[in-house]
Amino acid sequence: MTATLPPETGAVGGPAETPLAPSRPVMAQDWRRLVRMGAVGAVAQIFIALSNMPVRLDERVVVKPVLSLGYLTLLIVPFAAGYRVGHQIKREGMPQYAAGAHEIAGGAACGALAGGGLSLLAVLLANFDLREPLVNWSPMLAELLAFGDATWFAVVVWLLIGAAIGAVGGILRTLGPRSRRAVVTMALAVAGAAVLEPLVVDLAEGMRLEALTDRLYARRGGVNWTSALGLAAASGVLAVLGRGRIRQARNHIASLEGARRSRANFGLILLTGAALIILPLFAGKLTNELLANVGLFVLLALGLNVVVGLAGILDLGYVAFFAVGSYSAAVLTAATSPRINPEMPWLVALIVVVIITGLVGLFIGAPVIRMRGDYLAIVTLGFGEIIRLIFLSDWLSGWFGGSQGITKIPGAGIFGLTSVAGTDPRRVFYLVLAFCAIAIYVSWRLERSRLGRAWMAVREDETVAEAMGINTVNVKLLAFVVGAILGSFSGAIFSAKVGSVFPNSFLILVSIVILVVVIFGGMGSIVGVIAGSAVLIGVLGGPKQPGLLAEFSEFKLLIYGALLIWMMLARPEGLIPSVRRSRELHQEEMAQDAWLRGQVEDDDGSGAQAAPTP
Amino acid sequence: MSTDQDGVAATPLLEMRTVNAHYGAVHALRDVDLSIYAGELVCLLGGNASGKSTTLKTLLGMLKPTSGEVVLDGEVVNDKPTSYRVARGVTMVPENRRLFKRLSVRENLDLGAYLRSDTDGIAADLERIFELFPRVKERLNQKAGTLSGGEQQMVAMGRALMAKPRVLLMDEPSMGLAPALVQQNFELIQQIHEAGLTVFMVEQNANMALSIADRGWVLQTGRVVLDDTAENLLAHPDLRASYLGQADT
Repeated sequence: MTATLPPETGAVGGPAETPLAPSRPVMAQDWRRLVRMGAVGAVAQIFIALSNMPVRLDERVVVKPVLSLGYLTLLIVPFAAGYRVGHQIKREGMPQYAAGAHEIAGGAACGALAGGGLSLLAVLLANFDLREPLVNWSPMLAELLAFGDATWFAVVVWLLIGAAIGAVGGILRTLGPRSRRAVVTMALAVAGAAVLEPLVVDLAEGMRLEALTDRLYARRGGVNWTSALGLAAASGVLAVLGRGRIRQARNHIASLEGARRSRANFGLILLTGAALIILPLFAGKLTNELLANVGLFVLLALGLNVVVGLAGILDLGYVAFFAVGSYSAAVLTAATSPRINPEMPWLVALIVVVIITGLVGLFIGAPVIRMRGDYLAIVTLGFGEIIRLIFLSDWLSGWFGGSQGITKIPGAGIFGLTSVAGTDPRRVFYLVLAFCAIAIYVSWRLERSRLGRAWMAVREDETVAEAMGINTVNVKLLAFVVGAILGSFSGAIFSAKVGSVFPNSFLILVSIVILVVVIFGGMGSIVGVIAGSAVLIGVLGGPKQPGLLAEFSEFKLLIYGALLIWMMLARPEGLIPSVRRSRELHQEEMAQDAWLRGQVEDDDGSGAQAAPTP
Repeated sequence: MSTDQDGVAATPLLEMRTVNAHYGAVHALRDVDLSIYAGELVCLLGGNASGKSTTLKTLLGMLKPTSGEVVLDGEVVNDKPTSYRVARGVTMVPENRRLFKRLSVRENLDLGAYLRSDTDGIAADLERIFELFPRVKERLNQKAGTLSGGEQQMVAMGRALMAKPRVLLMDEPSMGLAPALVQQNFELIQQIHEAGLTVFMVEQNANMALSIADRGWVLQTGRVVLDDTAENLLAHPDLRASYLGQADT
């Protein structure tokens, strides 16, 4: 450490804003990139068209009478391609060009290529019959693509539409940041109003504001185009006026420290809590049902978050605990339960349910935690199925009713005061909310506890964690048990809400959806998990629960997949990441395994060194 | 066993008595005898696959010996788990530092004190570590993985010191470090040792290790082949031939 380095030269970090270079000439495009993006767009277009999404979603109107969700799925692609192709990577020391005709032309060309996908499809549809493998390869689709006209018309029209919309994407690039934000806000406001339509209508009814929604929405769904314009104008004005205020407020809160920060957080939590308690009073069945479903998945996702997010155990069979919670609550409370029917009050049953599920967590966890990485994930997957098959089996149908399940489960009685059943979604929601509050508090405390730190240490490097004196076996088992208990809350409420349990309510799909919620929201992040449930379960819908966009239910998995891929590429840490988390759990575990194997090989003592004679 | 050192206690702090260890069928340690006395700085030398890391794992309880005894402060601890030994002052600085990279420096240090509950003592030790490594204090809220190699070494050392060790086991402190950092690291070890800590280090870099150690052993294919003072080992012709890269005669 004697050598001294010359002082560092060259700017590191944020350099001063360099003035923009003038816009590039129109023809100086990065053609390779342009064609690649256009081709990706074209493939996406063909895929979307053949998935039958446009036809199915045509019924859901976004802006009456101009735009339906079906067309939106097709039109969004050339727009995205046109916008994306105009993206300039900021490189230090390289000139930044002003956006102009170059971007618009590039966007148009790229959009035309993307739209060309549909032109190609129209030609193919007219000349080949591939109905056998492709179910949606139909004359109807051809007609839809050609707007009822000839094939050549479809070819030309889609090229033109693509070019036009791609150019719009390019134009967006030429706008300054301020007007771009305004445009985006306008678009989001209209889209949001359309997506949230059932919710807004429901709430407006509760608050006796039907007059407002009657004006906003057309009678058979969709935002009126006049109101859409009004809404866009209003939100645009708001965006310009409130420019950056929200971000400022957020940064302000983030910059607070210590006691003031926690006071601000406490205020925010209180506010959110109050809103969640008051809102359902005005909401009808639909909204409350939706909120209750979101809450059930928040509970599940928080439980899985402890297992996957904190302890780093990739559990693909988490539905097992949901199932055990549901079934044990059903057996303990329902009079119709086949073998034993103690008909316990719900709250008493819940205590037993927690104990049973905790024990099941221990039982499943014990063999599982001895494995690492991929093997662990596969074994958990197996256990998830085993539990379902046990409930389905003839062998135990005397206990659990086999495929008939258990029906006529009474609602959840709370101290004999009220009974919470599925017929009253508002009460269900309040019950779910109470348990979510408990789960959030528990997760929050755990994350900052000694146990939480031990979980994170195990997640990061199990061998070193052990060398620190952490009993890795116990700690991992505890993660399983805590996760299982949180899941059992959800299960117990679920059976009381639905009034019946069947084995096919607990398919692998449920595990996967919960995991997707956790990954999408941000592993290890409580707020992220809640946001993930709200977006995925609330808007798109759960495995069996319809969301706001009920029309999507058929394409739910497709959209889940697309969202996940996008997430992995753009925001691998999740929607709202936890402060300390940037993931790559899998890779780390593999590295650990490799290290262990390396150690074993290192020390196998078969080295051919000749012993020096002492 | 060398007991001819001046000023060392009669019973070793940590001891291995004719220990054999296996990985499955593979015989990794063969009749290994080691004894570490309080206040010593000793080293275990050996090439690849000689059983160095296995020795550490056995001392720490992450691997159970198939025969023989591991003795901690006069107590046979063969059947005691790692946490028991860590709580009684055996702490390891793992090879290549192996910090919890995505946790903050603070959390790494806290995890070092995982088994301790004396809040005051922990706070005092934290201060001592800040004194020793002022850089660590500056980086307290940073993710450990974003630190430079030298800083990570300091945090790794600090994390181990947070456990309030009586004997520090160091796995290849020179591994994966630039030469300047290796030098710095060994100075650090020496400094900690002079502050009164017993250090047992495992190394391939024999020259470096012997330059600061009191005594050493040479391990080969799981067997202790040399057991002597550092000066004698440095002068030993076979050792010079195999580890120091200078064949005499």
